[in-house]
Amino acid sequence: MLQKAKTENKKAVITIRGIEKSFGDYQVLKSADLDLYEGENLVVLGRSGTGKSVLIKIICGLLQQDSGTVEVLGSKVATLSSKELMALRLRIGFSFQNSALYDSMTVRENLEFPLVRNKKKLTKGEITKSVETVLDAVGLSQTINQMPSELSGGQRKRIGIARTLILRPEVMLYDEPTAGLDPITCIEINNLINEVQQRFKTSSIIITHDLTCAKAVGNRIAMLLDGHFQRVGTFDEVFATDDERVTPFYDYNFIQ
Amino acid sequence: MFLELYRVHLFIMKFFREAVSPPYEGKEILKQCYQVGYKSLALISLTGFITGIVFTKQSRPSLAEFGATSWLPSLVGIAMLRTLAPLLTSLISAGKVGSSIGAELGSMKVTEQIDAMEVSATNPFSYLVVTRVLATSITIPILTFYTALVALLGAYVNVSMSESTSFSAFVQAFLESITFLDIIASTIKALVFGFTIGMVGCYQGYNSSKGTEGVGKAANSAVVVGMFLVFIEEVIATQITFLFRT
Repeated sequence: MLQKAKTENKKAVITIRGIEKSFGDYQVLKSADLDLYEGENLVVLGRSGTGKSVLIKIICGLLQQDSGTVEVLGSKVATLSSKELMALRLRIGFSFQNSALYDSMTVRENLEFPLVRNKKKLTKGEITKSVETVLDAVGLSQTINQMPSELSGGQRKRIGIARTLILRPEVMLYDEPTAGLDPITCIEINNLINEVQQRFKTSSIIITHDLTCAKAVGNRIAMLLDGHFQRVGTFDEVFATDDERVTPFYDYNFIQ
Repeated sequence: MFLELYRVHLFIMKFFREAVSPPYEGKEILKQCYQVGYKSLALISLTGFITGIVFTKQSRPSLAEFGATSWLPSLVGIAMLRTLAPLLTSLISAGKVGSSIGAELGSMKVTEQIDAMEVSATNPFSYLVVTRVLATSITIPILTFYTALVALLGAYVNVSMSESTSFSAFVQAFLESITFLDIIASTIKALVFGFTIGMVGCYQGYNSSKGTEGVGKAANSAVVVGMFLVFIEEVIATQITFLFRT
């Protein structure tokens, strides 16, 4: 099994300070603070509906926070113009929970799409080479001419990750990368996340419920409870507690 | 109700803003034009041809009473060009194309494909909405004239079964009856209908609620609202054209 890279770096690539977000009367995030350091895999754990996915959507500007600041790679996301936000998004990769592959396009067209749209100076040969490189990185070269509907859940996740990697992002955001997958495929996805960290030198936030995934890929874990990051540290540090909101989470996952 | 109207207003304003801002999606617009035309062509051909035959057959007895069957080409031509062709084409397109746009964008929204486009630094509004609305606005006027021609052919088939008229004489009689205003009014009307169908389909799909139920609702609303608006616009357009004629 591929191990996560060791990280000692304390240079923050994402800084979140006091963000709050409500949907109607329901406040999901309540003054949450978090840092993602360069080169690390940071796992965000929490129960369903605690705002984990909302958090990463705020980071890449898909949602806007009600208050607080989010600084990504030196830019305050909420203050950027749409052109600046587009430029920042080229440096952020987002892997969706359901992969979000364009179902009217083949795997090749899915992977070419971000390049054709954003790297207009690339030749056709360079685009083909990039596509082949990332497909090789996720181990799915044979699927290049298949439609997304012909792929398994695990393959779709991998292609989704490949599509984000093709723009060589500095920051990766994974939304539930192992959700709905069998245990063997989960291990493959965990390995892929670690490989991406080492090979592409990315800093990543991984949203998950899966403690096996958290333990395998996370350099640090941040536990989101009641809208705050209550516990942040290594896996062992986070779960060395009698907090009744944390322990059932651990027990349930490992009994399973 | 007013909030929804305000959202529609913002959506339309955004369309015009994005339509004139680079990058321009020429290739995608052509692809969508092909899709819109290709999807509707068979049905439009059949409907136009049948309408031409039926309309001529139904009109003949009334004209025959006054010994005016020679006016058939003019009657068919005027009715087709002024009203029936734009209306038929738009209603068929609302059913075929509007629903397809609503369902496609709705499904993309539900499966986060629109978000995926956005995070990969592509403007989904420009790529998905502007291209489709422009495609329907360009293609439906072209299809309208095609419908009128096919209907004319149907009318000629019916006429030639009961009397010996040459096709050139039939077309000549048709051309003499229509005016430049008819052509301009029809073109503008079809363009507005096309814009409406594309816009309604895109608005419903782009703003569909989460879940498969939302996709079905978006497709359904695209057809119902699209057809309803086309009828309203037809009434307004007829009134405006009438003002120009008098």
